[in-house]
Amino acid sequence: MSAIELQSISKIWGATTAVDNVSFSIDQGTFAVLLGPSGCGKSTSLRMISGLEEISQGKLIIDGKDMTTASPAERHLSMVFQNYALFPHLNVEENILFGLKVRKTPRHLQNERLSKVAQQVGLEQLLDRKPAQLSGGQRQRVALARAIIAENPICLMDEPLSNLDAKLRHIMRVEIRALQQRLGMTVIYVTHDQAEAMSMADKVILMCNGKVEQEGTPEELYNKPATTFAAAFIGTPPMNLIDPIACNLGKTMPQNGQDEFLIGIRPEDITLSDTKGLKAELVSADYLGADTVVTARINDQEILVRTPGKVTIAEPVSTRLQWHEEAVHIFDKSTGKRNDKVKVQSF
Amino acid sequence: MKHVSTQHQLYGWLLLLPATLFLLAFTYYPTLATLAKSFFSQGTAIRPAEFVGLENYTFMLEDDVFWRVAWNNVIYALFTIPISIALALMMAVWVNSRLKFKSLARMSFFLPTMLPMIAVANIWLFFYTPEIGLIDQVTSIFGAESQNWLGDPDTVLGCIIVITIWKEAGFFMIFYLAALQTLSPELEEAARLEGASRWYYFRRVMFPLLMPTTLFVLINAIINSFKLVDHLFILTKGGPDNASSLLLYYIYEVAFSFLDQAYASTLTVILLAILAIIAIGQFVFLDKKVHYQ
Repeated sequence: MSAIELQSISKIWGATTAVDNVSFSIDQGTFAVLLGPSGCGKSTSLRMISGLEEISQGKLIIDGKDMTTASPAERHLSMVFQNYALFPHLNVEENILFGLKVRKTPRHLQNERLSKVAQQVGLEQLLDRKPAQLSGGQRQRVALARAIIAENPICLMDEPLSNLDAKLRHIMRVEIRALQQRLGMTVIYVTHDQAEAMSMADKVILMCNGKVEQEGTPEELYNKPATTFAAAFIGTPPMNLIDPIACNLGKTMPQNGQDEFLIGIRPEDITLSDTKGLKAELVSADYLGADTVVTARINDQEILVRTPGKVTIAEPVSTRLQWHEEAVHIFDKSTGKRNDKVKVQSF
Repeated sequence: MKHVSTQHQLYGWLLLLPATLFLLAFTYYPTLATLAKSFFSQGTAIRPAEFVGLENYTFMLEDDVFWRVAWNNVIYALFTIPISIALALMMAVWVNSRLKFKSLARMSFFLPTMLPMIAVANIWLFFYTPEIGLIDQVTSIFGAESQNWLGDPDTVLGCIIVITIWKEAGFFMIFYLAALQTLSPELEEAARLEGASRWYYFRRVMFPLLMPTTLFVLINAIINSFKLVDHLFILTKGGPDNASSLLLYYIYEVAFSFLDQAYASTLTVILLAILAIIAIGQFVFLDKKVHYQ
């Protein structure tokens, strides 16, 4: 049974539709990520699930019950906010216990759970500190502790790592994922960072302009992007979307309707060669350490190529690009949708 | 080397000079002169002022009017301070929420503060006038008898208290409103998710976080409660029978109507001492309980 199910949910403010007819369901114990660029409606969707925002249209089912109009507290879920929302005048212990005190949980149970949770997130030594005396990572842990002490089966997280530096973000990513699996929580996690989504999620729900663009496992999104948007959003650098005719690839496409398609190739699927392949000119290189992202140009089409080691390009040099046919994704030019019926020929 | 540093010091002192002069001329000298004067008798053309020690103070302790006025001031402070602060907080929370006519509500609450005191007093004079005043006209509909609100020693102080609350609550509201707007809405959302009622949130989160503002407003309210003069000029002149006279108004009367500057100085010293004790007390006792972000 799914823990959470959204049925055609919309959020409408006057003339603007922030979330447009969104449906998806999330199974018990799943780490689900709502991914998308800013303004795509992912945070609004999360807030509608939490009850902090009213649902304009549609139905929300939590654990088999209709919770469309229930108050936030009735939905029995926890939430980690982007800016942590710690109470600045309360110390760590009081912050973590806030919810239990509201609900008048017996004192001995409070202490029992506090020591367990504090140990889980590594805050035992800091219980009497105020939030202002904590580092960003420690505040993040307090927010996590406050979310898990309620022992709610569902936890919502709204860009919880966006205020941390890159190194700490990586550590917290691993910790949050481990905690989720150990406690068997269902997590809905909002982020605009596709790397975060790829590394943490069991299921990714990619959103764009208030609509669900694609949902699936990280591998599905990476290997079989359903639309050009999904193709360009997932992966660093993103997939190359090229017009076959402009790149002298017309002959690899089916005869009828050569100009109806776009082809997508991931930068890591392209290799540089001196002898065989498509003629191109290398114009610049972006060195990343383990590999280099090279910008190649065919006519006016720019194509990114990921190549191992360090490559320097002082002035444009001509080369040839090669790839396997299996690495090519075909999209309809007019709709942007993936088209698996069309096959390309090798060149 | 030494030459340079002396020059630097001189430069520093010159920068401080204008402010220092003003402080000396208008704050420190008058304070000390007042203190000194309170130990002298009031000089006349024939009998120059002479040192009388604590005679002015013993006179004060036997002065019935002083006790009456001091007692009035205590009652005035006890009513105006808590009520105006509580009202200010309530109004601020209200106009900070999602309201349709938010700006209009904010402006109308703040309006009394912007009006000149004398104009305010005149408006309220009209409200309180017997028979033809607004209050009497309204109460007469319900068959109540005409009441001389400002002429009756039993009601006059209450009337002054009402005006003060009306005027101050809007002023204090602005401070609370500013403080409320610095509170992150996420805090309230986090509390709501945990099932906290609005009252619980107010009591455990909002009010403690507003404590610095409350302390500031409280000090202002106390100072204001000892410095009301303007309304009394227009409305009551302290009467009837000193029933509405407050400490500062009495000092004014002694100094400029009875022309007894020595006794007025004595009363002023007492007023300053009261204010100083209150201020020190507030900072010592309340400061520990206030959370500053």
